[in-house]
Amino acid sequence: MAATQVIRSEWTKIRSVASTVWTLSLTLLVTIALGMLISALSKNEFDNMSARDRLSFDPTFISFAGMSLGQLAMIVFGVLVVSNEYSSGMIRTSLAAVPQRGTFLFGKLAVATVLALAVGMATSFAAFLLGQAMLGDLRASIGDPGVLRAVIGGGLYMTLIAMFSMGVAAMLRSPMLSLGILMPFFFLISNILGNVGATEKIGRFLPDQAGNRIMQVVPPVDDDTPYGPWGGLGIMALWVVAALLGGYVLLKRRDA
Amino acid sequence: MIELEGLTKRYGEKVAVNNLTFTVRPGIVTGFLGPNGAGKSTTMRMMLGLDRPTAGDVRIDGRHYDRLKDPLKYIGALLDAKAVHGGRSAFSHLLCLAQSNGIPRKRVHEVLDTVGLTAVARKKAKGFSLGMGQRLGIAAALLGDPRILMFDEPVNGLDPEGIHWIRTLMKSLAGQGRTVFVSSHLMSEMALTADHLVVIGQGRLLADTSMADFIARNSRSYVRIRTPQPERLLDVLHEAGITAVEAGGGAFEVDGEKPERIGELAAQQQVVLHELSPQQASLEEAFMRLTAGSVEYHAHSGAPAGPQWGNDWKKG
Repeated sequence: MAATQVIRSEWTKIRSVASTVWTLSLTLLVTIALGMLISALSKNEFDNMSARDRLSFDPTFISFAGMSLGQLAMIVFGVLVVSNEYSSGMIRTSLAAVPQRGTFLFGKLAVATVLALAVGMATSFAAFLLGQAMLGDLRASIGDPGVLRAVIGGGLYMTLIAMFSMGVAAMLRSPMLSLGILMPFFFLISNILGNVGATEKIGRFLPDQAGNRIMQVVPPVDDDTPYGPWGGLGIMALWVVAALLGGYVLLKRRDA
Repeated sequence: MIELEGLTKRYGEKVAVNNLTFTVRPGIVTGFLGPNGAGKSTTMRMMLGLDRPTAGDVRIDGRHYDRLKDPLKYIGALLDAKAVHGGRSAFSHLLCLAQSNGIPRKRVHEVLDTVGLTAVARKKAKGFSLGMGQRLGIAAALLGDPRILMFDEPVNGLDPEGIHWIRTLMKSLAGQGRTVFVSSHLMSEMALTADHLVVIGQGRLLADTSMADFIARNSRSYVRIRTPQPERLLDVLHEAGITAVEAGGGAFEVDGEKPERIGELAAQQQVVLHELSPQQASLEEAFMRLTAGSVEYHAHSGAPAGPQWGNDWKKG
């Protein structure tokens, strides 16, 4: 009862602010558009590729290339859902209405996660289908081994990115601080750490690097990643659990 | 009913609220008075379970705030009129609060009507004036039809019509038997609305008394006299058993004596009087005397270097 009341209330909150609509539609549009563009470019490049690159050519993964940018909009969604409460001062009104802070946070996360999952799945399926259309005869089919897993995994990846952002925002409270850490981290730092030899072994345990694995159907030739697709997603899920737990503990202990 | 017992809040070394014990009773308006920075808002946040007390206890109708099921039905609070997401409409803001406490949607329309915001219900809150924001906050407080209402500085930023509306509202809520607790830093405002008074300064309880008692005890009435024959006057008064105190500028003050009696005495003894006037110290002065030792931010009373206009309006 109390939890369903909070969920209804959070649903009203999330659909009554403009940022929900623009962050989620930007996620969808950017991921699809950039994925289609890179798919089309890859098709033209294929003839010039080395034999080795052709061997590890992964049409499914290429159609998800737009996620590297699209996930930034998902991060903004996750951060704003939580930190809007703090930047507006609404948190005091909200916690006076729902003093059970665990229930409050759970309700907010549940509503935002379901919405992120719906948009994440739609984004992943649309990016795959439209990306394959660009790839012509290089395309993969949804029935090929591992492809459906990768497409569903893409939707889960986007959902987990949003959840991780919510956890970080619940810890940091400030939207500017949260975005200032998350955006460069996922767009630049994680990529650098994952691709530079010295830090590669640590880098691939970062949430996005590990979670990425589920979208690969054809692994690179000399692949020595110590986890599989679901293992990678599991590592990412652990990061999410840690962030949300941190957010919960701080919310519970802090003065509002 | 709200009961505080030994309520204390410390931020590091600084004590914001120091061992407060008092009870806010139903059926009357209780004024919560103190200079800026006295700890009024901190106390109110602890009452709502937003800040955790360092020591002590607050109970709402005998229970801790976080033990209340659907708390908006027990206690409604206006803490900060800006505690609203600016991008959300007034209606959606109230609806999400109503839903979280199982309050029916039609109640949202009712409170919007009560505070006079029906016409702008679908407008975004960031376009609201201070007064409209204050009304929206009051609508939220009334949402659950609670037995206890709490308002933190409700008249701040309101125009005279809005101030009058809030005073009437608070009195009628108390008249319905509800508990009304309202904070202010203005004694004059409290004198018009409150039946009971709780005064704090630097987090400590300075007074917990009925308004009538406070007025009787603190509004000192005296007679002011000026005369070109001060020695003669003092002799005459002394013989009649009346003590006069020199008040500077050649004037004397006499406590607890009617001007008629002093005038008749002076006439009998043929003492010339230039002034004989009954005086009453204002409640504001009484309040300032009470909190004199505990004002956190003293202004210097000398003339400031810059232009001095509008000082009185800054914090209304």
